Amino acid sequence: MIFDVAIIGGGLAGCSAALHVCVRGASVVLLERRTCGSQASGVNYGGVRQQGRHPAELPLARRSRDLWARLPALVGSDCEFMVTGHLKLARSEAEMAGLEAASRLAGDMGLALELVPAAHIRRQFPWLGREIAGGSLCAEDGQANPRLVAPAFARAARAAGADVREETKVTSAIFTGTRFELGLASGETVRANRLINTAGAWGAVVSAWFGEPVPEDVMAPNMCVTEPAPYFLTANLGVSGGSIYVRQIPRGNVIFGAGLGTADRTLGRARPLPATTHEAAKLAIDLIPRLATVSLIRTWSGVEGCMPDSLPVLGISRTTPGLVHAFGFSGHGFQLGPAVGAVLSELALDQKTPTPLAGFEVDRFGTTAPACVQTSATSG
Amino acid sequence: MSEHDIVIVGAGPAGMHAAMTLADAGLRSCVIDEAPRSGGQIYRRPPPPLGREPKRLYGFEAHRAVSLHAGFDAINDRVDHCAETLVWTIEPGRLGVVRRGRPMSIPWRCLILCPGAMDRVIPFPGWTLPGVYTLGGAQIALKYQGCFIGRRIVLVGTGPLLYLLAWQYAKAGASIAAILDTAPSGGRVKALPGLLRGGRTLLKGIYYVGALRARGIAMASGVRPVAAIAGDDGAVAALLWCDRLGREHRLECDAVALGFGLRSETQLADLCGAAFAFDTPQRQWLPVEDGEGRSSVAGVYLAGDGARVRGADDAEITGERAACAFLVDIGRSEYATRLRALNRILDRSQTFRRALDDTAFPFPVDLARRAADDLMVCRCEGITAGALRKSVRDEGARELNRVKAFTRLGMGRCQGRVCAAAAAEIVADTLGVSIEAIGRLRGQPPVKPVALGVLARSDAAE
Amino acid sequence: MSLGQFHRVVTARRRAVALSLDGEPLTALEGDTVMTAILTHRRSLRSFEFGAELRAGFCLMGACQDCWVRTSDGQEVRACSTLVESGMHIRTKSDG
Repeated sequence: MIFDVAIIGGGLAGCSAALHVCVRGASVVLLERRTCGSQASGVNYGGVRQQGRHPAELPLARRSRDLWARLPALVGSDCEFMVTGHLKLARSEAEMAGLEAASRLAGDMGLALELVPAAHIRRQFPWLGREIAGGSLCAEDGQANPRLVAPAFARAARAAGADVREETKVTSAIFTGTRFELGLASGETVRANRLINTAGAWGAVVSAWFGEPVPEDVMAPNMCVTEPAPYFLTANLGVSGGSIYVRQIPRGNVIFGAGLGTADRTLGRARPLPATTHEAAKLAIDLIPRLATVSLIRTWSGVEGCMPDSLPVLGISRTTPGLVHAFGFSGHGFQLGPAVGAVLSELALDQKTPTPLAGFEVDRFGTTAPACVQTSATSG
Repeated sequence: MSEHDIVIVGAGPAGMHAAMTLADAGLRSCVIDEAPRSGGQIYRRPPPPLGREPKRLYGFEAHRAVSLHAGFDAINDRVDHCAETLVWTIEPGRLGVVRRGRPMSIPWRCLILCPGAMDRVIPFPGWTLPGVYTLGGAQIALKYQGCFIGRRIVLVGTGPLLYLLAWQYAKAGASIAAILDTAPSGGRVKALPGLLRGGRTLLKGIYYVGALRARGIAMASGVRPVAAIAGDDGAVAALLWCDRLGREHRLECDAVALGFGLRSETQLADLCGAAFAFDTPQRQWLPVEDGEGRSSVAGVYLAGDGARVRGADDAEITGERAACAFLVDIGRSEYATRLRALNRILDRSQTFRRALDDTAFPFPVDLARRAADDLMVCRCEGITAGALRKSVRDEGARELNRVKAFTRLGMGRCQGRVCAAAAAEIVADTLGVSIEAIGRLRGQPPVKPVALGVLARSDAAE
Repeated sequence: MSLGQFHRVVTARRRAVALSLDGEPLTALEGDTVMTAILTHRRSLRSFEFGAELRAGFCLMGACQDCWVRTSDGQEVRACSTLVESGMHIRTKSDG
């Protein structure tokens, strides 16, 4: 059979794309090398955050936020999505001025950010450790359980008729002039009229098959979780500059990230680094001193694609008709994932989308791109 | 630190013997252990104020304990014994440890892992109640603290430790309500040819059972524990059990000790990146070992019950074997002969061990698989058997780490040490596949919980 | 006096160690673990985070992580593998 759409990569974006393509009545096959959501989509911090995004991402983030609110209807589970607000703290007047400027910019793009005076923050979070100059709150932001979201989309897609194949590695893909032919590690060939590349940290490998090399590197978040502690941290907390991000779930576990682990794209493996974990513990206690007596019980990581400008590649291929890319989310694709899938379904089926995508072009680096600069902004 | 940066993790019989072998060869090693004193669990030494003569502490094993402790004490000046030290993570060439509340980084080029084992647990209703302990835990209460775990005690489960513990408790004057073995007594008869290879070990076992019977302690085989029942104070007050004919009984008690054999601690080998293979007799994924103690990772050696459950005597031998393998690997070929001799000794005990595990005291697979949906399997996170089955049936989990991701099983403080054996049976049963097919829970640092305030004191972070 | 979970059988003469448990004075013996000190007087160590039940440790060898209690300065101690020290203030109630 020839599918209307084939998708390479079962991360959140790919799984959401599969669901959205199905909903439109088209046939779709999703090919995932391991299990859906087993890399960056499943192992990230779990921040559902619009605040602090590059303006180019805001229309996409706005659209995604609507989908997050409708998860139970869309995928049959809320995936532990909670609207806790995202509070970004400024630790100096200069940082506060930065937050003020960012809130004006966001406001122009339709995202309401509330500037919070230091005294209010102190009253609400008396346990904060260092001097706070103020903060910026996005009340409609929140958090979710990343382990649940991509698999929930994959299940919903399958229920809607998608052919979701896990443990299925794609080793080659060509465009014949009329359609795509994908070679699988099993020797089998999958044929489709359109192709969506949501291969995450391996997205540039796929784009290169179609003559579109992009300078995608890999990064690994260094994630930490503590034992359950009495629930006190009711907001998803970030700091200006992004050096640490912290949230707590009502069960009591405090989840935080700071710095990077190490990733190996060839092996598809990532792991946290002890030195980073030590540093993360210091930053966490500096921000919230009461965490000093709470025990770390687990650290983890996953392989994530990152781009030199920390913006994803998202849009229609410049070389191949019917090919659409979405990868390289550089540590903050989790919140965007549901909408990216919706946009991909539109690009694949209609060749256009109402969501502005300027800044994400696959050819924006030219052919000789600079090497990737890793950042520590991985807060979803 | 020596020129070879040899680190031994675990100061039980395997680790102690590895250190002694290396010291004899003129090499200094660093022995890291969580306990204040060497000995591991089996030869654990009580705090000095509680000292008793070895015969009372270790029974028939007293001479072994004495000779091992004496041997290790004798190399005191040729070994760096890092007591009260937890290895929380392993990196290539570096161990992350916490020693008495301070993080440190220790270099290694040779790592001999001797992390030991803990009781294998099958949950049944009431197993998390206060007053319910593992058999090993009950033994430590007596050996290390001079305490019984209660005033009237039921022992339930299977394996040699069931009878050894009963004898130790009875000898110390405990009131044992019953010894309930899930293995049918016929198994012991069938296993007899293999068991006869055990020699002295078999004789000890026969002695324990005879002595217990002489004391009039109730014993039953082929039983099924039904539930531990809580009293008004929320702690255990009775145990319900079914005999081999299916008749239910109630035993009033204030403590229960349970255990179904032992389970290797494999987290450290996992963090080293060692290859694992499924071990059918032990029903567990174990680090691959080359028959001379080498793991799949260069410079990483495996010994003791943490490599495979073989008991304390063999732990000493595999500890020495790992040290010999390392010596051979650095060109001390004179140790090759000893290596082969040690393997001949191990071969002899293998038949006995297999008869013990497979036939005499088989793991009661059905008890684990028949767990009711509302039974808590993961005691850290409170995850039920029903939640595991739901993740398989409704959410498509086909592998243990997927079940973990969906349900939080094994995500608590113990990282699945306690629940993994039973959870694997339940998940495999729900899927209708072998437990080998569902993989194993991956280890993640920290190996045990560490306070953030401790990790933050990291002058040693580099 | 209520009976504890643990029952001492070795009666070697040992020095008494004065502690407090949830604000009440408690006498332990030198060489006791925090677990023994508490469980010779009580039947549980702590309450379970995700339900009403009580917990009193399980493996006693530092593997199961079931016996964490706190000292009054907030530090966590694993009761089965921490020896008592004179003047130790132990809390078994979770912080508010």
